[in-house]
Amino acid sequence: MGSTNSTLSRIPNVEELMQETGFTPAHIVRLYDRFEALDKEKTGHLRPQDFGAINRLAMNPIGDRIIGSFFSTGQETVDFHSFVRILAHFRPADKNRPKDPSMPQPVNSRTSKLKFAFQLYDQDKDGKISRAELLQVLRSMLEMQVTEEQLESIADRTIQEADLDKDDAISFEEFRKSLEKVNIDHKMSIRFLR
Amino acid sequence: MGLFLDFNPFDNLLCILLGISFTVWFTLLLVFIIVPAIFGVSFGIRQLYMKTLLKIFEWATHRIERGAKDNNHLLYKPYSNAIIAKEPTSLEEEIKEIRRSGSNRDLDHASEFEMSDIFYFCRQGVESIMDDEVTKRFSAEELESWNLLTRSNYNFQHISLRLTVLWGLGVVIRYGFLLPLRVTLAFTGVGLLVVLTSIIGFLPNGRMKNFLSEQVHLMCYRICVRALTAIITYHDSENKPKNGGICVANHTSPIDVIILASDGCYAMVGQIHGGLMGVIQKSMVKACPHIWFERSEVKDRHLVAKRLSDHVEDKTKLPILIFPEGTCINNTSVMMFKKGSFEIGSTVYPVAIKYDPRFGDAFWNSSQFGMVNYLLRMMSSWAIVCSVWYLPPMTREEGEDAVQFANRVKAAIARQGGLVDLLWDGGLKRGKVKDTFKEEQQKLYSKIKLPVIGREV
Repeated sequence: MGSTNSTLSRIPNVEELMQETGFTPAHIVRLYDRFEALDKEKTGHLRPQDFGAINRLAMNPIGDRIIGSFFSTGQETVDFHSFVRILAHFRPADKNRPKDPSMPQPVNSRTSKLKFAFQLYDQDKDGKISRAELLQVLRSMLEMQVTEEQLESIADRTIQEADLDKDDAISFEEFRKSLEKVNIDHKMSIRFLR
Repeated sequence: MGLFLDFNPFDNLLCILLGISFTVWFTLLLVFIIVPAIFGVSFGIRQLYMKTLLKIFEWATHRIERGAKDNNHLLYKPYSNAIIAKEPTSLEEEIKEIRRSGSNRDLDHASEFEMSDIFYFCRQGVESIMDDEVTKRFSAEELESWNLLTRSNYNFQHISLRLTVLWGLGVVIRYGFLLPLRVTLAFTGVGLLVVLTSIIGFLPNGRMKNFLSEQVHLMCYRICVRALTAIITYHDSENKPKNGGICVANHTSPIDVIILASDGCYAMVGQIHGGLMGVIQKSMVKACPHIWFERSEVKDRHLVAKRLSDHVEDKTKLPILIFPEGTCINNTSVMMFKKGSFEIGSTVYPVAIKYDPRFGDAFWNSSQFGMVNYLLRMMSSWAIVCSVWYLPPMTREEGEDAVQFANRVKAAIARQGGLVDLLWDGGLKRGKVKDTFKEEQQKLYSKIKLPVIGREV
């Protein structure tokens, strides 16, 4: 481990990464150290098993889904850049960003955070949370503690409230609408230290 | 021919000089190190050494920080190695808060499932990916000040000539002077142990034999302690383990054994190894009854438990020394204690060992270094400074099972040593977490909902 500068120079395209994600050099260095610590076999990539060694994550009811969100479809490994890009979703939103609809949304905007949460539900990526998908999430969070009927009734009620166009599924817009009062930035942000 | 004649007087002179220096060297060794070890007294040289070193380290760190500021480098602050500030809220509080802000219903229905509940778990999950307690426990603790060992420094680069010279001097002293000295002492200590215990083995069993065996063990361990330049402070010695008890301590490195055994006599427990270790073990057991198991016997828990309880019941035998964590932890926390030693039902004497990391990291990461490599690292550090606290004896209470008792002892040790009391199993270093913990999370989440769910259906 050398100084910040020498670690930074080991990461390819680090300037681009910092631009895209908004992380400072100090953050990138720490995340890189963390990446290396998780990458026990020093392959330069992380696989699902490497995430599996994190105990708090294995204990998390939706741990598998979170791990899955790091790997885009078909990919079996995730490199440092993708790792950082996903984590960048959890940076607190920049308060003073001008709202320019022609510019692409930065990765830590409210919309991007909502999209991240949405894809945790929508595992088949068809843009809608079907009843079955909702049930799956409920099952992971509640498992042995409730009966199947109770799960179904919860799912029914949730869809009933959120589903505005009555297609028995929740689209991203309906998802966003149902959460419009929730302070997403606070709940889906992680405070990074200097 | 002339040349040949010229060398002769120099040869003689050289021989004489060498002879004198060896004699002086060995006399010093004997007087300052071995004789005190035999009698258990100390000149206080090591304490002085420690104070001097501390002053030098402070200066070195100060120089690095100044140098970094001058050059506008970003210092990787080792002591705040956290990436994120974790919110210490509980599941219940979080969910209530999310609901309160987002719900357009009255609070009566507050404990039903909402789409936003997933945020809590999502954030927890990502937080643990970035920074989790357990993985940190297994790598060497990072230091606030630099102790002139490159292995513990993350900012080393050429800051100033003086610093580099100092570091170079440090290397010369450590590898050129201290290391050979220590290796000599180590061999002396181990050699004496093997030879003397074998001799004592010939004596008939009785008080004389026990007394001699204790003295021999203590002496040899004290020599080993000096071989590592270990500066140990013992607290509360009135609670030292007595015969018929089990001494339980947290485990950071194989040196723990030497540290404890140089202040009291214990019966060791362990597996018989081959090679040098095996020779040492066999000769030790001639002098006094230690508990060594064959590899095949180790798997049989009942056999192990029986031998331990038999030993404990015989009040003439020494207290057993056990490290229930089962593996070396990096001395910032105490992990789950295995319940085996707590099932036996005798008095447990907890001991907390805390190493001062400023002088050298004593943690043995067995997946990183082998034993010999580790010992060499230890012997080429400046010193090993640690504190040992003897805690008051504990016994299993009515209605307490072995696991609860183990946790109680563990908490006491953690509190005394200033270590974090973690629930995790030390075996996690190599394995994966059990499903029971996931169930706990699910139970907790459902408790918030169940009362209402009951009403719904």
